[in-house]
Amino acid sequence: MPNNSLANKILSVADDSFILGHRNSEWAGHAPILEEDIAFANIALDELGHAQLWYELYQELTGAEPDRVIFFRSAAEWRNTQLVELPKGDWAFSMTRQFLFDVYENVSLERLVHSTNPRVQEIATKIRTEEIYHLRHTSNWVKRLGLGTDESHARMQRALDELWTYALQLFVPLENERELIAENVVPDLGILRDAWQEKTVTHLSASGLQIPENIDSVPNLRAEHTEHLAELLQDLQQVARSEKFGVEW
Amino acid sequence: MVKSVTIDEIWRALDEVMDPEIPVVSMVEMGIVREVKIENDTVIVSMTPTFAGCPALDVMRNAIVEKLRALGIARVEVKTVLSPPWTSDWISEGARAKLKAFGLAPPPMHGGNVALYFDEPVACPYCNSTNTRVTNNFGPTLCRAIYFCRNCQQPFEQFKAL
Repeated sequence: MPNNSLANKILSVADDSFILGHRNSEWAGHAPILEEDIAFANIALDELGHAQLWYELYQELTGAEPDRVIFFRSAAEWRNTQLVELPKGDWAFSMTRQFLFDVYENVSLERLVHSTNPRVQEIATKIRTEEIYHLRHTSNWVKRLGLGTDESHARMQRALDELWTYALQLFVPLENERELIAENVVPDLGILRDAWQEKTVTHLSASGLQIPENIDSVPNLRAEHTEHLAELLQDLQQVARSEKFGVEW
Repeated sequence: MVKSVTIDEIWRALDEVMDPEIPVVSMVEMGIVREVKIENDTVIVSMTPTFAGCPALDVMRNAIVEKLRALGIARVEVKTVLSPPWTSDWISEGARAKLKAFGLAPPPMHGGNVALYFDEPVACPYCNSTNTRVTNNFGPTLCRAIYFCRNCQQPFEQFKAL
């Protein structure tokens, strides 16, 4: 059932963007400077917009309505990586996470624009240019903080040490993903990982940061989550789920 | 009802529907309205989002329906299309002048390669000086960046290239 594999893949892509967008939105009103408050709110909104396009495709494939998918799934039913669900941490942590994710999205999108599936192809083409702005922004900040003060450097290194293993989950294939690769619907994650690694390592090294060498066990299954996802969903879903506001959302 | 209204009249009416976030330019001038056709007794308008996450999309959709209903058209369908993706190169010459008069520097014509223009100087919409600097690549809406003009000492915004 190639359609089923495609639906699973699209859901994982949508969930990653959505949860990361939600985490980024938590900086609204709390970022260290006004400009960054505005920038992160924009990036959050972009990610939610991209998630929406992917959820619409998921609906075309499965019939599941985006609002149901977002507001009425329990943690074990979400297919995002643990990378994006971790609490926002300090500014260095959120910036490093966004940078690692932006590089992944850019290397992925520059291949998805050639997907043999016309809907995947058009969505990827639509959002690719927006992602170029994200990567440009986070690349600049990674360098500025990595080469900045002792404190900013230390915080960036600590963030990177914690996030690197989590980021590698982005490259763990889903069940039956091989079918999609064989049909050139999505790129091979091994190739993406090489491209991602080359770009991240080059930029992080130029920013004075050390790439972690001891890789802990990379989270393997997208159905498995940290306790942080359930907390996030409690926050996100409580209004939609409350009887008072009812089924129409 | 529909037969009495021509496609040209519909386009003219839509050219009066302003962009909700930039009320000096119409959605037609912005290149957001892509196609108008009449099928049976329904007017079908295709529109395309500028930025995917643009929160004004629903407002735009409703404004189109409202405008056409006012023309006496009972059945209006607004479709969202993604392909070809919207680009700021589609903003008409006239709209660029209006953006500038509104205090928004128009985006560069980039021909599909936005990154090439990232470091190009942006002219201040008030005094035309290119002695400007970017203060934030993100602004009050998804489609704007914030600049400062060193010449006339004014902050201004640019409509981002997409």
